[in-house]
Amino acid sequence: MSAGAPKLLKGDTGEWEIVIGMEVHAQVLSNAKLFSGASTAFGAEPNSQVSFVDAAMPGMLPVINRKCVEQAVRTGLGLKAKINLTSIFDRKNYFYPDLPAGYQISQYKNPIVGEGEVTIDLADGESVRVGIERLHLEQDAGKSLHDQHPDHSYVDLNRAGVALMEIVTKPHMRSSEEAAAFLKKLRAIVRYLGTCDGNMDEGSMRADVNVSVCRPGGYQRFRESGDFKHLGTRCEIKNVNSVRFIAQAVEYEARRQIEIVEAGGTIRQETRLFDARAGETRSMRSKEEAHDYRYFPDPDLLPLVLERAWVDEIAATLPELPDEKKARFMALGLSAYDAAVLVAERETADYFEEMLKDGAEAKAAANWLNNEYFGRLNKAGLSLAEGPISPKANSAIVQMIAADVISGKIAKDLCDIVWNEGGDPRAIVESRGLKQVTDTSAIEKAVDAVIAAHPEKVEEVKAKPKLAGWFVGQVMKQTGGKANPQAVNAILKTRLGLPDEG
Amino acid sequence: MSSPTDFTLAGARDALRAKEVSAVELTEAFIGAVEAARPLNAFVTETPDRARAMAKESDARIAKGEARPLEGLPLAIKDLFCTKGVRTTAGSNILSNFVPPYESTVSQNLWDAGAVMLGKTNMDEFAMGSSNETSAFGPVFNPWRSRTSNAKLVPGGSSGGSAAAVAAQACLAATGTDTGGSIRQPAAVAGIVGLKPTYGRCSRYGIVAFASSLDQAGPMTRNVRDAALLLRAMASVDPKDSTSVDVPVPDYEADLERGVKGLRIGIPKEYRIDGAPPEIDALWAEGVAWMKAQGAEIIDVSLPHTKYALPTYYIVAPAEASSNLARYDGVRFGHRAKGAHDIADLYEKSRAEGFGREVQRRILIGTYVLSSGYYDAYYIRAQKLRSLIADDFTQAYKKCDVLLTPATPGPAFAVGAKTADPVSMYLNDVFTVTVNLAGLPAISVPAGATADGLPLGLQVIGKAFDEATVLRAARAIEVAANFTARPQPWWRAA
Repeated sequence: MSAGAPKLLKGDTGEWEIVIGMEVHAQVLSNAKLFSGASTAFGAEPNSQVSFVDAAMPGMLPVINRKCVEQAVRTGLGLKAKINLTSIFDRKNYFYPDLPAGYQISQYKNPIVGEGEVTIDLADGESVRVGIERLHLEQDAGKSLHDQHPDHSYVDLNRAGVALMEIVTKPHMRSSEEAAAFLKKLRAIVRYLGTCDGNMDEGSMRADVNVSVCRPGGYQRFRESGDFKHLGTRCEIKNVNSVRFIAQAVEYEARRQIEIVEAGGTIRQETRLFDARAGETRSMRSKEEAHDYRYFPDPDLLPLVLERAWVDEIAATLPELPDEKKARFMALGLSAYDAAVLVAERETADYFEEMLKDGAEAKAAANWLNNEYFGRLNKAGLSLAEGPISPKANSAIVQMIAADVISGKIAKDLCDIVWNEGGDPRAIVESRGLKQVTDTSAIEKAVDAVIAAHPEKVEEVKAKPKLAGWFVGQVMKQTGGKANPQAVNAILKTRLGLPDEG
Repeated sequence: MSSPTDFTLAGARDALRAKEVSAVELTEAFIGAVEAARPLNAFVTETPDRARAMAKESDARIAKGEARPLEGLPLAIKDLFCTKGVRTTAGSNILSNFVPPYESTVSQNLWDAGAVMLGKTNMDEFAMGSSNETSAFGPVFNPWRSRTSNAKLVPGGSSGGSAAAVAAQACLAATGTDTGGSIRQPAAVAGIVGLKPTYGRCSRYGIVAFASSLDQAGPMTRNVRDAALLLRAMASVDPKDSTSVDVPVPDYEADLERGVKGLRIGIPKEYRIDGAPPEIDALWAEGVAWMKAQGAEIIDVSLPHTKYALPTYYIVAPAEASSNLARYDGVRFGHRAKGAHDIADLYEKSRAEGFGREVQRRILIGTYVLSSGYYDAYYIRAQKLRSLIADDFTQAYKKCDVLLTPATPGPAFAVGAKTADPVSMYLNDVFTVTVNLAGLPAISVPAGATADGLPLGLQVIGKAFDEATVLRAARAIEVAANFTARPQPWWRAA
């Protein structure tokens, strides 16, 4: 595990490092909003899920939703973070039509969750730790619609008051790859926990990405001293809503900043927008234009006080998380890469484990999924859940390969059949005579027949043992692909008098 | 009894049960009194039809022997309580046409107890004021006039309409809300009883918010027994208000006549202020003497941070108000300005047209004290002072059971006398704001009059959730003071 190797960017005047921190807004998975009983279901008719509290009608008061608090605690525990038994809700005051009360209830100085960490896995197999600064609960705002009428704006308050977790990282990411990997991993964790559905398309998860650049060594000095002066001025890219866009936005923004600094300019601390179509970031507002939010504790809500025992109860029901699962899979003999692929989504890990439960050996099952089945799904554009083959069926295929009942080649044919026609793989093998021939006398017969029919090839292969493959092919053809390849090889070697390694 | 409107709340209850009068008769008498009292401008909205319907139902229940605690008793509701289907203005232009689709918990409790609604009473705009002169619906006039002048006097505020309605016998009792003295100060200058309960005793759900950490609903009545009766019906723990507190609500009436023998009554020296009329101190001394005579133990105590209460209040209350009133933006309900060219313009015009000067002043003060760079100097320091002020009471209550103080620094003043000088207006609450900052219960009870015949009140402050003792001590004052004067009904001639 490393502290994150910097990916150096080359500028005209030398090399640069990127430093990235993130604020992720994750919508809490709950039936009701943070402070009202209104529904949180996605895609409802505009303004059909708005309580009097959400619309900030006179005299209405917020009442905290226990489920949302539980979800925040669960997430905090999943991030290996400190749970603050006392936290405080503040009002963040600003005027906007989709913010009915004129303030957002959020947690400013005393969040429900303190420091934690997330371990991210990079493509090269390296793991990097990203520190979590805090997690707090807050209300989402509604949505302004400016494209519904030539001279009116419409407001949809369905989202207003929905619970969000704002998860703030430390500036511990060093490349666009790490930023993307972090968001992926965080998404996996909350999905494992069942605290956020992670649907970035529906806005359930979106990230504000803080990017700055510094000369090599600056970041190290920052980590040693905690002093931000060693880092460059950061810009915040708001509301990036896909893993791919995060990588693009970081790359673009870092390049932009390097160009400005190298041209003798200075970076303005500002909020920027990522335009996915143009692939660039654009200025939204500068620090000077920033709002004065006039935070103060919400007098309608008492401090949120949790009981230790309740937190412990939640901790006891935490599922196995990706890192633990990965370690367990590796202990079963999987490579770090294979294990990482399988744990990236809970559904995938569950599928894999179903196969094991059904009798498949771990490594063989992992190889089959990673090398065969996932490829087919990708090609067909299907998710695992949409795929036509059950874990039980895939498990049967893997077990038949392992028991030499079918060859790897037959397994692929069998997979085609099950994919297209369904059915029990074992029954198909039986009924269609796909069983591998391990009866040596039958294979010997076939080998002898091929040798007898091709004396010229026998001579060639003696001079060039590599050509034995041709004989293997012929024997397989004769046996309809059912001959056990190892047995074919062994018999061929004896009959042709080839050396052991060829 | 010359007229059903002469009943007290408890008296009317007993008469209804004894079938000496019907709810419909009682209600008709009060509907007439409300109409006759129109020159006082105590009501913003009258609801005679609803009152009649409710009274009819009450009579049916009484006939069946199913009377509830307040069955058939006509009340006035301060226009800060949202009432379902009945316009609720908070005394403001910005809500002049607002009809809530929901009912406040306190008023719902009253209807559930069988009470009858006569209408909604006038008040200072968003409860910001001490004279009822900031109302968008015009000032309320105090039923009381000086013996030496016919000048119209204010009824105090912000619950001025409720105070005037009770004093003029245009209702049996009324609800009020008290953020810095808005129940007790008008009660004192209108010669009635006003009780601010412990913060959290009554639900704030459905009450248009002024300063959330200070606002508390309470009864405004003709006597102490009525306050006990009405408070019991208003109070409840409410899952819809996170700051309401689950403490059992006792039968306050049961304990009322127990007297003050052996009760330790604290006299805080800081409540003697320079420049107060000599009548105030004299009345206070008289109150002490009454209590002593009834066997109470008088103890001198100190509340050393009292002098910081008013400035602390004028930071905390406007800060919360500036945020609470942000929702009045012309977007979803309430007044929306015409001809706005963009969203900022819509906000500015709607709020400028919708809010009166005092409300605007407090929004500006509140916005200022919460602004970055000023927050620590004002808001945080005010919070610290608030803790110190609350701690003053905690210390004092180690030595005594209740505190006795004047309720106001003077009697009702003339309409317009203090409107030009906000600070002199704010000083009306000098004896009452400490209690809100500390969240304690306190009552104002009529105890005497000025030489000109204007009523004055004494204040009893209690421990948190000990309204029972507060009411008992107030009852002892009431008995001793025997304040039976009534205002001359000059408004009926008008």
